[in-house]
Amino acid sequence: MSGRAFLFGDDVDTDQLAPGAFMSGGIEALAAHCLEGLRPDFAEQVKAGDVLVAGWNFGMGSSREQAAEALKHLGLAGVVALSFAGIFYRNAINLGLPVLVADDLADVADGDAVELDVEAGLLRLTQKDKTLSLEPLPDNLKQLLADGGLVPHLKKRFAAARREGTAS
Amino acid sequence: MMADSLAQKIIARAAGRSSVMPGEVVTAAVDLAMIHDSGGPRRVEPILRDLGVGLFDPSKVVLISDHFVPGDTPESADILEFTRNWAGQHRVTFHDGQGICHVVLPERGHLRPGMFVVGGDSHSPTGGAFGTYMFGIGATEMAGVLATGEIWLKVPQTILIEWRNRLSEGVTAKDMMLALCARIGMGGGRYQAIEFAGSTISSLSMQERMTLSNMAAELGAQAGLIAPDETTVAYLRKAGADVDAWQDLKTDIGAPLLDHLLFDGAALEPQVAAPHSPANATAIGDAPQTSIDVAYIGACTGAKYEDLKGAAGILRGRGVAAGVELLIAPASKRDQERAADEGIMKVFEDAGARILANACGICAGYGADRLGAGVTCISSTARNFKGRMGAPSSRVWLGSPLTVAASAVAGRIADPRNFLTLEISAI
Repeated sequence: MSGRAFLFGDDVDTDQLAPGAFMSGGIEALAAHCLEGLRPDFAEQVKAGDVLVAGWNFGMGSSREQAAEALKHLGLAGVVALSFAGIFYRNAINLGLPVLVADDLADVADGDAVELDVEAGLLRLTQKDKTLSLEPLPDNLKQLLADGGLVPHLKKRFAAARREGTAS
Repeated sequence: MMADSLAQKIIARAAGRSSVMPGEVVTAAVDLAMIHDSGGPRRVEPILRDLGVGLFDPSKVVLISDHFVPGDTPESADILEFTRNWAGQHRVTFHDGQGICHVVLPERGHLRPGMFVVGGDSHSPTGGAFGTYMFGIGATEMAGVLATGEIWLKVPQTILIEWRNRLSEGVTAKDMMLALCARIGMGGGRYQAIEFAGSTISSLSMQERMTLSNMAAELGAQAGLIAPDETTVAYLRKAGADVDAWQDLKTDIGAPLLDHLLFDGAALEPQVAAPHSPANATAIGDAPQTSIDVAYIGACTGAKYEDLKGAAGILRGRGVAAGVELLIAPASKRDQERAADEGIMKVFEDAGARILANACGICAGYGADRLGAGVTCISSTARNFKGRMGAPSSRVWLGSPLTVAASAVAGRIADPRNFLTLEISAI
């Protein structure tokens, strides 16, 4: 799926992604305020297939998974960053939002036409005729993501265990 | 004999292995799962229903309400109601309205050295102060833990942060952590295990050590460990925890380290962090003259009993400056009761402070109390991200509880050491 790149800097925190004032409500209301402190029109502008491209330590701060859930709700194909904060990274994978690390993102400009190929680990800059290689995910996380996140993954695992139980 | 880090020892035991190596991915059984009212019942219940399973072991689950306490909006009240009903249905240990989870958990004897614990909150590394490997996870992952009793993790490398010599008067654990945020940055912990060690740490009380481990989260570490010693054991026994065989819970000499940083505690000055990052910390003498509207003493980071005691030392016999509002949210009910017994709450009252609920309060920014547009605040909390505590145009400085108290009196960001000197000369 192709879309546009939305460029952010370093240390984007979870209070920007999922502002506390909207944490008591549902994801729809929360997502409408996602990143508004840094870019007021973000939630309005972002479309399915777009890719958030950021610097170091993306998603630092709180364990609130609504930070990742909001991005998924808005239809982003994934986040590509120089690095991620640990809890955000786990949350994103668990919710089925692709998060991929790049060595160098200097070639990406805000608004660039991009295509994120999670399977191949590539970010294609389609108008610039450039392709960035992303760090491959570890096998356990690749499986989680392929299953669509932790809940479908566990369902699969429990179903397999039940089948085994019935068979024996 | 292999030389292992404290993190490796705890994780190996939880993973049912004789040893583990940094970098390998293992699955470990959790000894305890802590959840709160925000990421807890309301988020995990739909997932558990979807999975069609119950809790792996209700006796290993502790629920604490703190984020939406005191329930001062209709939505908050509904969430608390749901939380209470869930606690009853699932028969888990529930501490309702008793204070912030990271303070209540050890206070009620739930932690012991060597335990492997997950918490549904990013400040879960606080448990590391007790020699517990504790880290924060999100709600879906927590639902997975509650369903299976286990979690995967990559065995972390250890970053040893050693502090030598005693802190000077007026300097606290909070100042140590702000200085570290400035030095290694918000991602400097690289999601590995930080271990605090050295004579400065040995000289600190448990609640001060908790502040160090708590803010390991701000450094981006997974855990913030401190090897247990006599101080740890004394605290935990008093809290009713059954502590045995803790002596080997330490990083062996020669264990692999990712980094080893050394600091002089005696040379440290009080620190303040400018908006909007803890990494903007500088020695207070280097901060610009800044008038404040609000002084906030709150959070698991900065409103425990000892934080309150330190702040009261500055505020005794003094009043809050005209035009400044001093808000104090003691981190736990027990800490507040102890503070009341010792006359500390009376000092706050006399100074003109407003006392808030024993909860996350303005630090989480989930309730009715929030900073208004354009307000400048100095806060004893851990994070000053833009808009976290209220309006995006509010500006939050971070400091120790002592620095917040001194600033409340001065009406501008002020060095607590000047107030300590005055107090001594007044005697």
